[in-house]
Amino acid sequence: MKPARFEYHAPRSVEEACALLASLEDAKVLAGGQSLVPLLNFRLARPAHLVDINRIANLDRIYERDGGVAVQALARQSGVEDSELAARVCPLLPAALRQVAHRVIRNRGTVCGSLAHADPASELPAVLLALNGHVVVASTRGQRIIPAAELFTSVMQTGLAQDELMVEAWFPGAHGKYGIAEESRRHGDFALAGGVRYGDRLALFGVAATPVMADPRNPTNGLQPSGDLEATPEFRLHLVQTLTERLFAA
Amino acid sequence: MKVNGVVHPAPADPRRLLSDHLRHDLGLTGTHVGCEHGVCGCCTVLFDGAPVRSCLMLAVQAEGHEVTTIEGLAAPGSPLHPVQQAFHECHGLQCGFCTPGFVMSVVGLLREHPNPTEAQVDEGIAGNLCRCTGYASIRRAVIRAAELTK
Repeated sequence: MKPARFEYHAPRSVEEACALLASLEDAKVLAGGQSLVPLLNFRLARPAHLVDINRIANLDRIYERDGGVAVQALARQSGVEDSELAARVCPLLPAALRQVAHRVIRNRGTVCGSLAHADPASELPAVLLALNGHVVVASTRGQRIIPAAELFTSVMQTGLAQDELMVEAWFPGAHGKYGIAEESRRHGDFALAGGVRYGDRLALFGVAATPVMADPRNPTNGLQPSGDLEATPEFRLHLVQTLTERLFAA
Repeated sequence: MKVNGVVHPAPADPRRLLSDHLRHDLGLTGTHVGCEHGVCGCCTVLFDGAPVRSCLMLAVQAEGHEVTTIEGLAAPGSPLHPVQQAFHECHGLQCGFCTPGFVMSVVGLLREHPNPTEAQVDEGIAGNLCRCTGYASIRRAVIRAAELTK
C-alpha cells in the first residue's frame, strides 16, 4: 500500500460530511484527489481519516448565481472548462483551466479542490483573487462565505476551519479585459511565475506564499519570491515584469 | 465495480490504489505504473468513459462505476482497436512501457475530438510521457487512429 493507514468515510450528504469533520480528529477531505492522492502516495500527508465526498449527490452543479458562475465542490475542472455558462459569464475561468495540469487530470480534479489545496503556484486561487470572488463553506455551525482576499493565508493554508467543507466557489461575471499568462519549464507544470488580469486588477501566483494582488504599473514592488532549482528569485521577478507587460499590452 | 464489462467486488482495504487493484488483485497488468503520483500517465484508464489516472484514485472510489483498461479495448484474437492498430502501423512505440497509457488517453481524446487538429493532438497527449520515441510517431498515430475510427 502506498498511502499510510487511514480510516475511510464516504458520506452521502453535506450534512453527514460536516458531522464527520466535526467529530473526527485529523481528517482530510478527498474530492478529485489530483493533489491529495500524490501526497498520500508519498506519505507526505498522513491523515488519520479521509472523508471522501464523491458519493454526495447534487454537489456537482455549475450554475448562474448573482451574475456570476457558482461551481459546486464536485464539479470537475474539465466540466467547467467545457461549460457554456462559464464561457459566457466568466470566460477567464475556462481560459485559466486550460493552463491547469492536463486534460486527463482535469477530468477528475475539481475547482474547489484546487482552491482548498491552495498551492501558491496554481492558477485558480489567483483567478478567484483577481476577480474578487468567494467560496461558500459549510459546517455543523451553518454556512459562511469567505472572500478570496481572506481565503489564502499561507502556503497551502486557507481560512477554512478544520470542520469546514468548501461546498461552492463563486466567480463573478467578468466581461472586461482579462488574461492569464504564466511561464513554466514544461507544459502543464506548476508555474515559475504567473499573472491573472481582470480589468485594472492583477493577481500574481508562484511568487509568494499565497497569490497576491499587485500594481500593474509596478508589479514587482515588495515581492520577495523564493529561488529553487528551476528559477532564481531574480528570474521570477523578471518573469513577473514581462508577463505583466504582456497581459496589459492589449 | 465493472471492469471491462465484468463486475468485481471492491478491495477490502481502502488504501488500495485503483492502479494496484487492477494489476495485483485482478491481474490486469496491461495498466502500467510509472511514477505513481500522476505525472507520467502510464496508468491512464477510462473511468465512466473519460481517461483518468488510476494511480490517483482509490479502488473503493470505483465502486458502482465502469472502468476500461487496455485489455478491454479488443478481445484476445479479435482485430486490434483502431487506436492500437494506428500505434502499430505508425510505430508509435519502442519499449512499450508508456503505450497503454497513451492508447487510453488517445481513445478519450478521439471521443471528444473525432477530427483533432495538431494542437488538439498535442494537448491530448501532453499528459503522457514517452522516453523513447520523441513523440513524432505518436502524433502520427493519433491522426491515423482518427482516420481508422471513421
